[in-house]
Amino acid sequence: MATTTTTVPGAGPFPGSRSFISKLRDGDEIARLITFLFAASVVLVTVLLVYELWVESALPRHKFGLHFLITKVWDPNLDQFGALPFIYGTLVTAAVSLVLAVPLGIGAAIFLAELAPAQISDILEFFIDLLAAVPSVIYGLLGVFIVIPLMREYIQPGLKNTLGFLPFFQGPTYGVGFLTAGIVLAIMVIPYIISVSREVLLSVPRDQREAALALGATRWESTWKVVVPFARTGIMGSIFLALARALGETMAVTMVIGNTPTISASLFSPGYSIAAVIANEFTEATGDVYLQSLIELGLVLFLLTFILNGLARLLIVATSQRGSGVGQA
Amino acid sequence: MNNRLRWRKFVSNFMLTMTGVCAVVAVSVLFFILGYLVYHGGTSINWNFFTKLPAPVGESGGGMANAIVGSAKLLLLAALIGVPIGFMGAIYLAEFSGSSVAFVVRYAADLLNGVPSIVIGIFAYSLAVLPFKHFSTLAGGLALGVMMVPITLRSTEEFLRAVPRALREGAMALGASKSKTIATVIVPAAYRGILTAILLAFARVAGETAPLLFTAFGSRFWSPGWNQPTASLPVMIFTYAIAPYEDWHRQAWAAGLVLLGLILVINILARAILARGIAVPRS
Repeated sequence: MATTTTTVPGAGPFPGSRSFISKLRDGDEIARLITFLFAASVVLVTVLLVYELWVESALPRHKFGLHFLITKVWDPNLDQFGALPFIYGTLVTAAVSLVLAVPLGIGAAIFLAELAPAQISDILEFFIDLLAAVPSVIYGLLGVFIVIPLMREYIQPGLKNTLGFLPFFQGPTYGVGFLTAGIVLAIMVIPYIISVSREVLLSVPRDQREAALALGATRWESTWKVVVPFARTGIMGSIFLALARALGETMAVTMVIGNTPTISASLFSPGYSIAAVIANEFTEATGDVYLQSLIELGLVLFLLTFILNGLARLLIVATSQRGSGVGQA
Repeated sequence: MNNRLRWRKFVSNFMLTMTGVCAVVAVSVLFFILGYLVYHGGTSINWNFFTKLPAPVGESGGGMANAIVGSAKLLLLAALIGVPIGFMGAIYLAEFSGSSVAFVVRYAADLLNGVPSIVIGIFAYSLAVLPFKHFSTLAGGLALGVMMVPITLRSTEEFLRAVPRALREGAMALGASKSKTIATVIVPAAYRGILTAILLAFARVAGETAPLLFTAFGSRFWSPGWNQPTASLPVMIFTYAIAPYEDWHRQAWAAGLVLLGLILVINILARAILARGIAVPRS
């Protein structure tokens, strides 16, 4: 077969049907090798990232062990570092943001997928995509000059007067704090929830809707009791994705959270988040333990988002495969 | 029974209206942001903003010329790292790889894509700042480049895969080698998509602030060469916004408007390129 391969190179459907030399002459093996090196470098970078985070945080890991995660003291002068206030701040702001963003995001996604005519839905989705492209620091800018004054003057006093009996809405109203950070985060993650949920909802087979309507369900009943449950896992995936974004979000949070390591039930209280403390103190960190404690915070953040992103991907894939009988829009 | 039906219809209409309200609220945020930036920033943009260095602390006036050039240099470096790795890696994934290698590469890329940008900053710091003991444009470019890789890679791969099989087979039937097929048929067929992927990745890192804080750091002067700390627009917005000077706030708005304008234009451009159709329809 050697003669045919030289006259008709590349014609064979099987990889082994040509000699190595002829492939090399066509440059296939070289191209394969070069592109492989580029692809492998992606893996290398990822491995290196995890390795660096691990190695560069060795000091505090040995000094504090797991106590790092549950200690409240963050005192560079005493070389004592505990991550609890930051972990608390990160989780609380993310939780507040989800409480606000999930209903709004899913509502908007239902409108885009179920109700709006395709053209309007596409135009709105275009705006949502643009919204997702707005950089974090711009949200921070608006947070500082618009959301904070608004919170201080109107929203926080208002909440205090109406829901002040709850522990969440007590204490002085500074404008900055967990609640403000949560609200800004909510605005930032809504586009992610909408985009992914809309796609998942669109992948629900048409006959599911029609069956519900044929049984006499109203439009809302078919949406809420049939379509949404069908897409449930995927919507959960979009929420996890949003949660991972909210946890890792740095600039906007840094600008509005108040940057004080506190643990308080009140959402009006200024706080601090993992990403914010890294952003603020990294360049000022004197001493190896201080700097490496910040890097260990980075490691904690990495692990949190890693787990959430993994879960999100699993859920989204699970739904789109189940709904794959009908082509996605 | 009639009452119950009326109630159900009322609930249906009410809830569907509410979903519409949600959508309107979500989209209107974009216009609020744009409106505020144009309102506050528009009046502050002038010739000085683009041509002058920042004024000394306490004096008003000055501009952000060094930050604009700094951002351009950082983005150039990012593109030099992100585009080749993303593009070539995507060709490997779409055209050459077996399924197990592809799984590992895709998994790594998705993982990298999900890493918070501040953690990417730490990574670039430990790689390019710590060994040399000073902040630099190179370190900042590295951080942004690392962020660009997974975004470029995954979307480019998708567009390469969308090229119909018939085109590949046609080229091969004419006797072209695989590498020749890729270079002359597949990549040209998918070029609109690839361009879109690169532009979107570029727009995404253009606004990144967190990874620059402790890699490119910042500066109030010109930054000659590639080995010194440099100012950048996003970091300038951050520093100016939280500073206590009225004049700095004004300039932060102006910088915000310029940055967001740039990012939205790239986004719209990328989508326009794609909307004119990939050279071949998706099968």
